[in-house]
Amino acid sequence: MSLLRLQRVSYRYPGAERPSLRDVDLEIGDGEFVVLCGLSAWGKSTLLRAACGLVPHFHGGRFDGRLVVGGLDTREHGPSDIAAVAGTLFQDPETQTVMGSVRSEIAFGLENRGWSAAAVARGVEEAALALGIAPLLDRSTSELSGGELQRVALAAALAGRPRLVLLDEPTSQLDPVAGDELVWLLRRLNEEWGTAIVLAEHRLERCLPAADRVVALVDGAVACDAPPAAFLEWAMANEPSLATPAARMFSLAGLSPLPPGVKAARTALRARGIEVSAPTAPAADAPTERRGRISARWVGTHAPTPSRRRGRDAALRFERVWFERRGGRAVLRGIDLALAPGERVALMGRNGAGKSTLLRHANGLLQPTRGKVGAAGRVALLLQHPGDVLVADRVDGELDRATLQRVGLDHLAERHPRDLSGGERQRLALAIVTSGEDTPAAVCLDEPTRGMDRLHKTHLAETLRGYADDGIAVLVATHDPEFAVQFADRVVLMGEGELIADGDPHDVLAGGWYFATETARVCGALTPEEGAALITERARR
Amino acid sequence: MTYRRRASPLHAARASVACLWCAALALAAVISWHPLVLAAVLLAALLAAAAAGVGREVGRFTLLIGLPIAVLFTVINPLISREGLTVVARLGGVWPVPEFEVTAEAIAYGAVTGLRAMAIIACCALYFSAVDPDRVLRLFRRFGFRSALTATLATRLVGVLAADARRLADGQRCRPGSPASRLALVRAVTAGALDRAGDVAAALEVRGYGGAAAPARARVAWSRHDVAFALSAAAIAALAIGAQAAGVAGFDAYPRVELHGGLGAGAIAASLVAAGLAPFADRRGIAR
Repeated sequence: MSLLRLQRVSYRYPGAERPSLRDVDLEIGDGEFVVLCGLSAWGKSTLLRAACGLVPHFHGGRFDGRLVVGGLDTREHGPSDIAAVAGTLFQDPETQTVMGSVRSEIAFGLENRGWSAAAVARGVEEAALALGIAPLLDRSTSELSGGELQRVALAAALAGRPRLVLLDEPTSQLDPVAGDELVWLLRRLNEEWGTAIVLAEHRLERCLPAADRVVALVDGAVACDAPPAAFLEWAMANEPSLATPAARMFSLAGLSPLPPGVKAARTALRARGIEVSAPTAPAADAPTERRGRISARWVGTHAPTPSRRRGRDAALRFERVWFERRGGRAVLRGIDLALAPGERVALMGRNGAGKSTLLRHANGLLQPTRGKVGAAGRVALLLQHPGDVLVADRVDGELDRATLQRVGLDHLAERHPRDLSGGERQRLALAIVTSGEDTPAAVCLDEPTRGMDRLHKTHLAETLRGYADDGIAVLVATHDPEFAVQFADRVVLMGEGELIADGDPHDVLAGGWYFATETARVCGALTPEEGAALITERARR
Repeated sequence: MTYRRRASPLHAARASVACLWCAALALAAVISWHPLVLAAVLLAALLAAAAAGVGREVGRFTLLIGLPIAVLFTVINPLISREGLTVVARLGGVWPVPEFEVTAEAIAYGAVTGLRAMAIIACCALYFSAVDPDRVLRLFRRFGFRSALTATLATRLVGVLAADARRLADGQRCRPGSPASRLALVRAVTAGALDRAGDVAAALEVRGYGGAAAPARARVAWSRHDVAFALSAAAIAALAIGAQAAGVAGFDAYPRVELHGGLGAGAIAASLVAAGLAPFADRRGIAR
């Protein structure tokens, strides 16, 4: 039975030059798990907003065609009616929280529907148990971490037992561990409750193994609607930036069908008699073990020599840096880290590990409570929200035309910075913080790839390599191992305010479960190219 | 100043009773002028906050907000009041300020007004720290759901916008060169706040707010803490109103400072503190 049906739906936001959706025909049945993909601004979020009734009731604009959700036609029913059928979860959990406590937050939607107090209490309890957040019920929403808040928002969306759940990049703000957990939680709800899931996501390698179908949008129109393996074939042929790393590895190695996930990839390789060993912990000759932790000193062949890192000519240097909150925990615990000029370093670790705090010490936004931070010059820092740097009414009010031309934004000079796309806004903000009379000695970026598609990530990696080529040290905090491999020549892993691994990406990212690329989890090779070469070599044996 | 769930009798009481109790304490400060009674209300609020586990928050708020206001009243009133018989200083007399007299009565009146403001601020701080706003929303939504929700959201958004402002300030510190103009910053903050408001409004819509049905009434049995705080509120209100009606705890600043009631005022003040703190003695069943 069809739960969501779009018939020739076209939509244009008020004042927009181009439609965001073009003649979309789509049908999603009860109990399906559908992944919605496409590059930024190709209509994924708009489609979800149309499915929950925000388009056109909340946003206005011109809407053509017919969209029916659970028997409710969105031309006649607004978002509040549709809320009884479809739960919705957006990207930023902070803006979805409307109540003070977790219990009230989950109960809010049920109370709006006039449920009895007993039914509300039961709905809250069951949603909390299903999502493993029962211990949080009496906590204040302002005390929760991003991952916890996202789970609470999901519980609020699910509490009314909707038949359909619409999710817009819910993992973009989560670390790899929390992101994977959320996707598998959705799969479990889908399997056990029969809830239909429509999930818009850029990190397809994370969610394709759980999906029944993949719908690819290209410029607002449905370009592919197929099971994951068939979608990957389409992506390799038509839009390679949408293909997962494992699929690209298989394609480069000339193998088919393309695998939707790690397990399928390993099974396919084994079936062909290609033995690839499962990733293991780093070998003894890579990091040295000291007091149960992986030491910051590395002797791996790819790692820069300690003297290069620790020398006085470092572009950026943290010396035994501690940051202890008044009346709270120590966020940084004796960090020793030095970046040589032109070095590209990815800083990884789960949410709350201390990455952002460390970056804030780099340019003096925070001062260490012990230890010191030194730099060979100015340190440019781009924080998580590039919009916070922008204050002018026009793009050319932020930077002069020559600089805009250099970063490829001169054609947008007359636009308002808030009207730029996420990628354009970030390019502008990065150009602003690195501009000025003196060239920075180091550039630091905090989670620059949140909500960014693979094409834009590639552009960003090129930009960062350009800085490094000019002798600027680059330090980027990221949750994205694929991006880390793309741009970094060194990876530093943080946990609980300490450096727990520091070395070449091949040493740090090839042997882990969470902090590892998809191809590394398949065969131990970091990139699709390396993986394809490895598979080809093993196949010849 | 935000609500934090703590294991305390006040947190365990139902929102209507907790509201009423804070209101009774504030009422005592509003209708009484006797400095002993006002000091008793301030003391009761601070001790109750400590007993509720929010002593640090309430104490800090009262000191940061209440104390400057109290000092301001004490300083300003003698400068603008022309009443009182006991002249302690003659100021002015230099053009364009004419000569005026500062009286002890005007200083006393200003100080008592300041003390009253501090007591009321302490009661409000206790309310914000110890009474769950979500339960208060539930309490008032029967009468005006949208207004109650708007008030709750506005309160919540203060914190969110403050965090946005801190982020924006950090973002500006990351810009090289001269800082942006104040006007540009105000525009950026306004645009950010509007973006936030739009996001929250969208979230409300998809959670069924637009079609909000009349909430169902839930009957919950009264707990020992509900009963204790209701009785305490009644006792505080009765003491304050009774003392005022009987003229036991009166205060006149002009023309001369006069404190009425003598020992009676002391007894009323002591009774207020005792009545206010009595419900905190029973700490059974307070954890959640």
